[in-house]
Amino acid sequence: MHNKNHKIILKSHGENSFLLLSLCLLLENVHKMKILVCISKSPDTTSKIAFTDGNTKFDENGVQYIVNPYDEWYALVRALEIKETSGGTVTIITVGTAADEAIIRKALAIGADDAVRIDAEPTDAYFTAGQIAKYAKDNSFDLILTGKETINYNGSQVGGMIAEDLDLPFVSLAVKMDVDGSTLKMEQEIVGGIQVVEANLPLVVSCAKGMAEQRIPNMRGIMAARTKPLTVIAATPEEAFTAYESYVLPEAKKACKMIDPNNMDELVELLHSEAKVI
Amino acid sequence: MTSLVYINGEHGLVKSAFEAVTYAKKLGGDVIVVSSGKSADLGKLGEYGATKVLVDSSLEKIDAQQVTRLVAAAAEQVGAEVIVFSHDLVAKAVAPRLSVRLKAGLVSGATSLPDTANGFSVKVNVFSGKAFGSVSVKTAKKIISLLPNSIQPELNGSACPVEEFAGHAGEASIKILEVKIPEGNIPLPEAELVVSAGRGLKGPENWGMVEDLAKALGAATACSRPVADIGWRPHHEHVGQTGVAIRPNLYIAAGISGAIQHLAGVNGSKVIVVINTDAEAPFFKAADYGVLGDAFEVLPKLTEAVKKFKASH
Ligand SMILES: Cc1cc2nc3c(=O)[nH]c(=O)nc-3n(C[C@H](O)[C@H](O)[C@H](O)COP(=O)(O)OP(=O)(O)OC[C@H]3O[C@@H](n4cnc5c(N)ncnc54)[C@H](O)[C@@H]3O)c2cc1C
Repeated sequence: MHNKNHKIILKSHGENSFLLLSLCLLLENVHKMKILVCISKSPDTTSKIAFTDGNTKFDENGVQYIVNPYDEWYALVRALEIKETSGGTVTIITVGTAADEAIIRKALAIGADDAVRIDAEPTDAYFTAGQIAKYAKDNSFDLILTGKETINYNGSQVGGMIAEDLDLPFVSLAVKMDVDGSTLKMEQEIVGGIQVVEANLPLVVSCAKGMAEQRIPNMRGIMAARTKPLTVIAATPEEAFTAYESYVLPEAKKACKMIDPNNMDELVELLHSEAKVI
Repeated sequence: MTSLVYINGEHGLVKSAFEAVTYAKKLGGDVIVVSSGKSADLGKLGEYGATKVLVDSSLEKIDAQQVTRLVAAAAEQVGAEVIVFSHDLVAKAVAPRLSVRLKAGLVSGATSLPDTANGFSVKVNVFSGKAFGSVSVKTAKKIISLLPNSIQPELNGSACPVEEFAGHAGEASIKILEVKIPEGNIPLPEAELVVSAGRGLKGPENWGMVEDLAKALGAATACSRPVADIGWRPHHEHVGQTGVAIRPNLYIAAGISGAIQHLAGVNGSKVIVVINTDAEAPFFKAADYGVLGDAFEVLPKLTEAVKKFKASH
């Protein structure tokens, strides 16, 4: 809506367009945000999950890494949408080793302006969040976005930890986010429903499904990504609070018992007396 | 040892609250509950093993920063070594904050009691349910956020005293404008029985069959990702690796192929029933009971059979 209005005014007023645009932005209370999007790598969703070294390490053999879907599809794309309507910048940040630069380039190809890599193995959420919070503190952002969780460790921890480190409000699992000046109105998934909340910038938000639609990078984006700035920063020494000691795979299911589609009474009876779930 | 359990009492007590108190009781030692608001019958938590409830009833529509301050104050007062949450939206915001504030290691989505034979390690789901990991916590204080349906609530005692507690929680910085919980909805993460359907159902107009079966069973409804993506069903019903991860007692899947990303979110289910027209559908490999047939015929028949069973039991 707002965009359309701008275009009409720009057409009819030629050289004064810059002034008018600035005026419109002012009148409509548009806030140019500096947005930081935290991204993590995760194994491609079709990867075979296996472990090595006596089940103490994830077996990376043949594993393709992707940008964690929640970070890419929802946090990054929503950040880009905000930039497209109100201006501002989108910086991505990851804590990882040089091997992670492929996923950083992917995020840049989708449209982020620049990237920061904190050069360390992300040992646990506390360590990772501490690194990001430190960078954010030194570079003051209006909005920090994360995905809802990573699909490998599913911790949902980093966003809240960054917020506590920076003493900022944190809205978890937002599925919708509307910007009105420096106020954000958001919807969150709560057990069995939706909660509508409002908070002022600066803010940390974790993003879930509904927030935005996945974008596929185009050729131009991919080319541009090669030359976008990527800053590598040394990590700050910090201890980890937790560690993964070992892993196990779920036990294989025993063979599936096939039931005659015309005999649902038998299925119900089995669910009751054999499986004991109803 | 003392453990502290945070219970969100604003919308009444739900099953996950009893699970969290039961879990804390099994850790051994005293179990103190901290809560806020006026609505819930918090003394009832004593029946599951709580010794005492501390409540700041002046706090309502409390935000995550306030809960963090409230729980931190209570943890200090009672000298808690372990703090237990149920792994819901509030915990996902508060537990990480508290971890930083108290310098306490956090285990999110715990599915077992800690193994203390050699340190302190807890089992969690990793790779979206494709594996389990054992996380060790190295700090003196520990925070555990318990995955719903990981432990059965157990009665263990009688109602306990509820004491007023000044949480010094400060002001809210997040304003709650509205809470929308559809009437009669069974929340998916808590549901013990789930009926789910996929693209095989052909269109949103056919979901009556799914809802009828869910209603007959008293189950929640769920769906595969494409079904939510095309808007046949709401996003919050989407289960799988990039949706909600669930572990009900019974998961019935009709017209879902069983792609690896779908299985990731549901293979923690105790019993899986698959209804599919394709004998080669990968889901049969993950199923306990399979029905090779047309969901359009099988679902109504199953609903009738469930109704008949319920009428006679
Ligand atoms: C990164 C990524 C993340 C993903 N995350 C998820 C996720 O979280 N959750 C998820 O579900 N998917 C996810 N997917 C998608 C997943 O790969 C599958 O595409 C999806 O699960 C398929 O949905 P479906 O089984 O409903 O549809 P289909 O694969 O089209 O299967 C339909 C099934 O219905 C059967 N059928 C057809 N007609 C009938 C009938 N009349 N009666 C009975 N059966 C019938 C067919 O035999 C078939 O098996 C993800 C994919 C990617 C790439």
